[in-house]
Amino acid sequence: MQAFLKPHRIVLFLIALALVVWCATTMNWTWLANPKYQAMAVEGLWRTIWLTVVTMVIGFLLAIPIGFAQAAGPAWLAWPARAFCTVIRGTPLLLQIWLLYYGLGSLFPGNPWIRDSVLWPYLRESWPYALVALSLSVAGYEGEVMRGAFKGVAHGQLEAAKAMGMPRFTMFRRIWLPQAVQSVLPTLGGETVLQLKSTPLVSTITIMEIYDVAGRVRRDTFIIYEPLILLAVVYMILTALIVLMFRWFERRLPTRTA
Amino acid sequence: MACPPPSQISALELLGFGECGWGISLVWGLGNSIVIALGAYSLGFLIGIGGAFGKLYGGPILKDLLAAYTTLVRAVPELVLILILFYAFTGALNEILLSWGYDRIEISPIVTGIVVLGLVQGAYQTEVIRGGILAVPVGQLEAARAMGMPSLTMARRITLPQMAANALPGLANLWLNATKDTALLAVIGFSELTRATSSASASTKAFFVFYPAAMALYLIISLTSTLLIGRIEKWARRGQRDVRT
Repeated sequence: MQAFLKPHRIVLFLIALALVVWCATTMNWTWLANPKYQAMAVEGLWRTIWLTVVTMVIGFLLAIPIGFAQAAGPAWLAWPARAFCTVIRGTPLLLQIWLLYYGLGSLFPGNPWIRDSVLWPYLRESWPYALVALSLSVAGYEGEVMRGAFKGVAHGQLEAAKAMGMPRFTMFRRIWLPQAVQSVLPTLGGETVLQLKSTPLVSTITIMEIYDVAGRVRRDTFIIYEPLILLAVVYMILTALIVLMFRWFERRLPTRTA
Repeated sequence: MACPPPSQISALELLGFGECGWGISLVWGLGNSIVIALGAYSLGFLIGIGGAFGKLYGGPILKDLLAAYTTLVRAVPELVLILILFYAFTGALNEILLSWGYDRIEISPIVTGIVVLGLVQGAYQTEVIRGGILAVPVGQLEAARAMGMPSLTMARRITLPQMAANALPGLANLWLNATKDTALLAVIGFSELTRATSSASASTKAFFVFYPAAMALYLIISLTSTLLIGRIEKWARRGQRDVRT
């Protein structure tokens, strides 16, 4: 608190406050009172959070085998895994999303086997493509991180497990995986923020998340700046929440610091 | 000569430079992407160097303002920033011009793209370069100061060369980000590689010709960059002891 109350900080804070008050009073915020937009905003916010959380979980689960294949797998598994990571990390996410949505989306209707399958009602919508594209993106980036984490587990630990006659899968489950996961946990917060910041890309394939809601409000009301400013504030709050959550989470983990 | 329907043209011809090919539009898009990435990265580097020195050695007000800049920019999606800055940048410039009695001008999309992505890059590069400077051994800076070296000479001869080796991995990552972030300009309708790809594939329906081709082009950019950066890093680390030996 002491560090916060320096004279120049108070002045800067007052200037910032004046700016906020100026924005709140002189700009056009009447659209916020419209219940239609309120409902859309809540739904959009929920979709953004849902997409971030679900794709992070799926992506991370995919990243474990991808990282392990690169770190310890045979060449015929390591090479495809490495190629997958290179392609995902080397091309823009927007391009990947469009390839899946427009490319696969144009291929599926011509295939009677898919048209008759139970999945067809889902494949006609756009969210499965967004979910797959965002998950694969996490898998590619995290797969590379997990490769390093699996390689970073101390060799003595694995040798000790082998010497005790532990079966290979038990060794992976009890020794290798937990230590690798623990070593990447501090980076997960940053990755989640990056993932949150990639979600607006799926608005280009007609998914109504919070970025798309702001766009709709702008198109409907011809108000240019206000929805964008509020949108930026919403993302800042979401980012702050993610950072705080992971900080809290990290503090609960037992760590040994030298 | 009218082109046959796209379904009757071979993939090679579609990608080619002939009358029915989209090669020219793709290469044009690629060129735009590279120009914007280079411009934005250079602008970001200037902001980053200035921002890092400001954050480390600036006055309290400058430090706080830079902290606000880097935090805000890194917390908001690039796409939202691009939209805000795209309207704010052109809008503010035109308002200033009008108030001075000039006519409105139309700013070329390339310049807008470079400025917007450059401001985003600047925030990230500030943090990376700041970290690189912090990792320079303090004794080196103290020695330079003790010798009475002026601070600009010190920055040029001591801080920046030693910072380079520490900051290069981070800066390399940001360069790859810059090349990929140019794709975001497709959303505001700017014809870089991703937009060129999507319009080519939308009018020919040959999605699995154009998208893989564009991906290959992006991959070529990123792989050659990685190769070059490896060389630059080797050069920046000259004279440093290898940890393994």
